[in-house]
Amino acid sequence: MIPARFVYRRAGTAEEALSLLAEHGDDAKVIAGGHSLLPLMKLRLSVPEFLVDIGRVPDLSYIRGEDDHIAIGALTRYHDLEHSDLLAEELPLLANASGKVGDPQVRHRGTIGGSIAHGDSASDVPAVVLALDGVLVVSGPSGVREIPSGEFFRGPFETALEPDELLTEIRLPRPASPAWSFQKLTSRAIDWAIVAVVVQGESVALVNMGSTPLRATAVERALADGAAIPDAAAQAAEGTSPFADRNAGPDYRRHLARVLTRRALEEAATRAG
Amino acid sequence: MTITVNGEKTSHEVEDRTLLVHHLRDVVGLTATNIGCDTSTCGSCTVLVNGESVKSCTVLAAQVDGDEVETLEGLAGDGGEMDAVQNAFQQKHALQCGFCTPGMVMAATSLLRENPDPTEEQVRMALKGNLCRCTGYHNIVQAILSAAEGIR
Ligand SMILES: Cc1cc2nc3c(=O)[nH]c(=O)nc-3n(C[C@H](O)[C@H](O)[C@H](O)COP(=O)(O)OP(=O)(O)OC[C@H]3O[C@@H](n4cnc5c(N)ncnc54)[C@H](O)[C@@H]3O)c2cc1C
Ligand code: FES
Ligand code: FES
Repeated sequence: MIPARFVYRRAGTAEEALSLLAEHGDDAKVIAGGHSLLPLMKLRLSVPEFLVDIGRVPDLSYIRGEDDHIAIGALTRYHDLEHSDLLAEELPLLANASGKVGDPQVRHRGTIGGSIAHGDSASDVPAVVLALDGVLVVSGPSGVREIPSGEFFRGPFETALEPDELLTEIRLPRPASPAWSFQKLTSRAIDWAIVAVVVQGESVALVNMGSTPLRATAVERALADGAAIPDAAAQAAEGTSPFADRNAGPDYRRHLARVLTRRALEEAATRAG
Repeated sequence: MTITVNGEKTSHEVEDRTLLVHHLRDVVGLTATNIGCDTSTCGSCTVLVNGESVKSCTVLAAQVDGDEVETLEGLAGDGGEMDAVQNAFQQKHALQCGFCTPGMVMAATSLLRENPDPTEEQVRMALKGNLCRCTGYHNIVQAILSAAEGIR
C-alpha cells in the first residue's frame, strides 16, 4: 500500500464537508481532484489521518457570467475551463492557461479550486487569478468570507485558507482590455513551468519566480509610465527571488522572466490590435 | 464499493488508501492496465472514468465508487475481435514491447470519442501524458490518425 493509512469520507454537501473538517481539525485534509495531494501522499510528504472527499459535492462546478465578473465553482476541472464557450468569449486567457496544465488525463481530474488552495508557486492558474485581481470565496465555521487574491498567497504551499475552511468560488472581473497572453516554458512536454508569464491588459503575473505567484510590479509601473515593451519587460525579474531546482538556477529564471514577459506583452499587444 | 468495470458491476471491500490501479489489477483481476512510474508521469495506467481518460495511479479507488470504469480489456468485441484503435496499432506497428500500449490505446480512445477528426498536432498533444520507451511515437500517431479515419 503506497500512501500511509487514513480514513476516507465522501462529503455529500459543502456543509457536511465543513462539519467533518471542524470535527477532525488539523488531522483532516480535503481532497478534490487529488492530483496535487495524492502524489504528495504517495511520497508520504503529506500524511493526513482523515480525508474529506469533496469531489461529488453538487453545484460546485460551474462557469457563470455575473454582472461585473465571471464566477467559477471551485470544483470546475481544467478540461471544462479549457473547453468553455463562455471563457473562450470573455476570458480566453484562463481557457488558454488551463489547456496548458499537465496533460489531458491531469486536466480531466484537476480542479481550479485545488490548484489555488494548494498554493504551489509553480502552478499556472493561481498567477492568472492574481493578474486578474480575482477574489476567492471561502466558507468556514463562521460563515462566508471573500479574500482578494493579492492577500491569498502567503508563502510556499501556504495560503490564507484555514484548515477548517473550503474554497467554494473564484470570482474574476471581466477584463476591460482584449490584450492577453500566457507564455509558459517547460523542460519536458508535461512538466510544470520553469517560468510562465501571464499578461492581461496592463497586469503582469509570474509563475515560479518566488515562493508564491507574483505580480511583476516594476513592469506594470513602467507600462503605466508609457515605457516601450522591451524596456518594461527588462524589469520583469525585479523584486523576485527565484530558486534553483533541477531545471534551472535563479539567473536563468530571471533571464526567462524577461524574455517571456517581452513575448507575452508583444503577443498581448498584437491581440489588442 | 461498487464500480461498473467494462460494463459489469463489481462490488468489493477496499482499504481506504487503495489506488484505483491496484484495485483494477489486484482485486478485479484486470492486468492490462500497467504501472510504469507511479508518479503520474508515464500514462501507462490510463483508464477511462465516466468516459474520460485518467491516470489510475493518481486516483483512489474510493473516489470512483459508483462510477463507470473502462480498461483495455473492455475494448475488444464479444468474440475477442479488436476494436478500431487496437487494430490500427497492430496494422501500423505502433508497439514494440507493448508496455505503454494499453495506456496509449485508452488515451487515444478518450481523444477520438471527444474529437473523431483530430489533426496530427491534436493527436500529439493528446499523448503528452503518455511515455513510450520503444517506438518513438511516430507509428503511434499514425495509428491513431488511421483509426480516426476508420471510425469516421
Ligand atoms: C503529472 C502532473 C502534471 C501537472 N502539471 C501541472 C502544470 O503544468 N501546471 C499546474 O498548474 N499544475 C499541474 N499539476 C497539478 C494539477 O493541476 C492539480 O490537479 C491541481 O493543482 C490541484 O487540483 P486538485 O483538484 O487535484 O487538488 P487536490 O490534489 O485534491 O488538492 C490540493 C490541495 O488543495 C486542497 N483543496 C482542494 N480543493 C479545495 C477546496 N475547494 N477548498 C479547500 N482546500 C482545497 C487539498 O486539501 C490539498 O491540500 C500537475 C499534476 C500532475 C499529477
Ligand atoms: S503509472 Fe500512472 S502515470 Fe505512470
Ligand atoms: S512499446 Fe515499449 S514502451 Fe511503448
